[in-house]
Amino acid sequence: MNTNLDINHFLDQDQKKDLLRLLTAGSVDDGKSTLIGRLLFDSKKIYEDQLSALERDSKRMGHAGEAIDYALLLDGLKAEREQGITIDVAYRYFSTSKRKFIIADTPGHEQYTRNMVTGASTANLAIILIDARKGVITQTKRHTFLVSLLGIKHVVVAVNKMDLMEYSESTFNTICADYKSFTTTLSIPDITFIPLSALKGENVVENSANMPWYHGKCLLEFLESVHVVSDRNFEDFRFPVQYVLRPSLDFRGFSGKIASGIVRKGDELMVLPSRKKSIVTEIITANGTTDYAFPPQAVTITLKDEIDISRGDMLVHPDNQPRFERQFEAMLVWMDEKKMDPNTQFFIKHSANTSRARIDGIKYRVDVNTLQQSDCKAFSLNEIGRVVITTNKPLFFDPYHKNHSTGAFILIDPITHNTAAVGMIIDKLNTNDIPSRITDPETRRMIDSGQSLIGRDELEKRYQQKGVTIWITGLHGSGKNVLAYNLERRLFDSGATVVLLEGSTVRAGLSRELDYSPADRAEHLRRVAHVCKMLNDQGIIVVASFISPTESIRQQISEIIGNERFHLILMRAGLDYCRTNKPELYLKVEKGELRHLPGVDEAYEMPESPQLTFDVTEKQADVEVLMAYLAGQNIFPLE
Amino acid sequence: MADQLNNYSINNLRELEAEAIYIIREVASEFEKPVMLYSIGKDSSVMVRLAEKAFYPGKVPFPLMHIDSKWKFQEMIEFREKYTKDNNWDLIVEHNIEGFEAGIGPFTHGSKVHTDVMKTQALLQALDKHRFDAAFGGARRDEEKSRAKERIFSFRDKFHQWDPKNQRPELWDIYNTRVHKGESIRVFPISNWTELDIWQYIRLEKIPIVPLYFAKKRPIVDIDGNLIMVDDDRMPAELVAKAQMRMVRFRTLGCYPLTGAIESEADTIEKIVEEMMTVTKSERTTRVIDFDQEGSMEQKKREGYF
Repeated sequence: MNTNLDINHFLDQDQKKDLLRLLTAGSVDDGKSTLIGRLLFDSKKIYEDQLSALERDSKRMGHAGEAIDYALLLDGLKAEREQGITIDVAYRYFSTSKRKFIIADTPGHEQYTRNMVTGASTANLAIILIDARKGVITQTKRHTFLVSLLGIKHVVVAVNKMDLMEYSESTFNTICADYKSFTTTLSIPDITFIPLSALKGENVVENSANMPWYHGKCLLEFLESVHVVSDRNFEDFRFPVQYVLRPSLDFRGFSGKIASGIVRKGDELMVLPSRKKSIVTEIITANGTTDYAFPPQAVTITLKDEIDISRGDMLVHPDNQPRFERQFEAMLVWMDEKKMDPNTQFFIKHSANTSRARIDGIKYRVDVNTLQQSDCKAFSLNEIGRVVITTNKPLFFDPYHKNHSTGAFILIDPITHNTAAVGMIIDKLNTNDIPSRITDPETRRMIDSGQSLIGRDELEKRYQQKGVTIWITGLHGSGKNVLAYNLERRLFDSGATVVLLEGSTVRAGLSRELDYSPADRAEHLRRVAHVCKMLNDQGIIVVASFISPTESIRQQISEIIGNERFHLILMRAGLDYCRTNKPELYLKVEKGELRHLPGVDEAYEMPESPQLTFDVTEKQADVEVLMAYLAGQNIFPLE
Repeated sequence: MADQLNNYSINNLRELEAEAIYIIREVASEFEKPVMLYSIGKDSSVMVRLAEKAFYPGKVPFPLMHIDSKWKFQEMIEFREKYTKDNNWDLIVEHNIEGFEAGIGPFTHGSKVHTDVMKTQALLQALDKHRFDAAFGGARRDEEKSRAKERIFSFRDKFHQWDPKNQRPELWDIYNTRVHKGESIRVFPISNWTELDIWQYIRLEKIPIVPLYFAKKRPIVDIDGNLIMVDDDRMPAELVAKAQMRMVRFRTLGCYPLTGAIESEADTIEKIVEEMMTVTKSERTTRVIDFDQEGSMEQKKREGYF
């Protein structure tokens, strides 16, 4: 560099540069690392000592003979240096007099789709390398598909190793034509082709004399001049509230990054989800206040009215609102080594919101090599497909192609907390289009035979409990209902899914025509038992509170529900206790106004071996004892 | 306004600034007990300023923590005290008391043992002691090869270990902040900054930095090509005897016996940048610890050092 350099001038100029984030895709063989090394080297950003360390490395592990191996400059981690491949996204930085660049360098091997998707998520532009000797190959298609999936708007197709094809214009033209025909179905607005030789530095930083037929810009010149600012969405103002700033009682600011659109002082804004409106009083940036702000600025907005706003809310213009739904379709990329389990309730993180989400259905899987769609039940690592997702609470979103910031999300595994998948929202789902579960012959057979398509293990996983019946027996007045209602409340509060059944409500409807005679009582309890069975089949815990006076009736109930799901709880209490507790019915029987009250004019047979007994005359029945029993039996919570 | 290139675009530095502020706020929102690790170096100084901006006009909702190896340059400690006091920061200072009482130091035990005990172990002890679930660091990806692939949110297991094969994919600006009890995340808000960006920002924002970064005549001993400053009387006398006054400055700051100076006349930020643009050595080469073994920074990262 010129020693007469006016450093202040240099720094002032440097400040005026903008930032371009680019992705490079290609394999080691395509010369990708060499190309990046060239860009870095030729823009004079490789320091001398890195070069001298490199010479030492090259002697031991180099792949390029005597010449400097640029790839070694780039590969960071020891393990992969020894394997000779890059296995993760590496970020590189360089700067020219016109622009600053961040390169996301991603490997091209098939098993590393994950990494390429990662690198592409923040890139404005992608360089796709093609080896001129090989032309458009499967890998090229895969890279291009991923680039278009992630919505990168500018692609540079770098046709490398032109030196090995005698700088042939026709070779280059053939490759361009092949590539264009393949990309017609993909949405990439801007594609540029550049013939070059990374190894010889031709058309990389300087135009090549060996390819006079090429009149376009060399790679670096193109990167310096490509216009990317207008790629941002300045139309739809979206401001996810990231942090509520409240240093004192008289200041309340809402901090966040402007996801898209422009906001001005004095604008009327609407808060989602409350839909309350207010006026922007101030926009505070990192460097004082401003009259207007735009992406990707991080600002703090204050409003005229005191409205309750918290993290996860969104500020928008009232006439331009995002979608607000619990269900949507998305393209999903599976990022986890662990295969997708369709029953998992994932965490979904979307802008400043975290909720729970379920993958309701897979519409299809895309083969990244052929772009063919096929049926699929669950994704494995690096698989991509279209899914329907339902979230616990509604999200504010836009389709990804319109707005990356509000259209992207990640799914987090609830157990390992790994990022299991990433997604791009496609469009608002029309409810008529919600797919039923994928049908195949096996599914049909199950439906026809009345079998649920949801397995018991799936239900247990969803509800975190076993569907059983807690059947409470005892004399009238022994406190069955008090225990039953308390247990229901306690289970519900602990997160269980529970239904309570007791005599008076069932008799008011389902058993309305039945009386208290032994025959009708048996029919009444038979119906109750079948309801218990159906609910248990759905994975739901039933708390049933019925006198159920005889051993044979209880036996019949147990068989209907399933012996292993029937848990009998006895409220042992003397008649005196019960009569004192609930005197009305006992009095009526004594007066002859009522018949068939077990324990008085009908037999009440104490069960011989209930799973649990409460001696209520001595001590009030304790719900916690029952809870401990359920835990001990691994019914709820499920281990 | 120089920050804006035209009506609706900001320059590279303001873009990096916005990215860092967003990251810092995200941590403050999503973690229970974050801390900002403070090394007193220039990168730390930038990070601290970004945190101040992120919560302006409020106070930063987390403390700074300095792991004092007891061998830092004296000027660093003076600077730390003044800066944190002037700017109303909550400051935590921790060190490995056992190591200190055992007299561990670079002159007696070598750089490897010293760094492990007084820096790495001290940091891990402090993180455990305070049960921090997120710790900001000022590392940058362009500093060193092994950092080029570091995540912005870097996951650590409950032993604070970094496993390069077990890092979470990081897409867009959606950061997975979920950790189990005992696990933690190291967060690097200035990952995407280069050394030039740091200097440029210090210049624009007039961020105070430790004077050791600027050239001055200092007592220097040449130890195997490393220019080590005599900072206190713990340096062995036979070395002190060789000291000469030389015009030097430091490109990075750490423990004084492990941090080599470079000969320089650069006594302003502009001159430093000018020197940097023409300089022949990259940043970390003046840190003695990197030369212990190949891939050594990666090794230290696995063990829990940044």
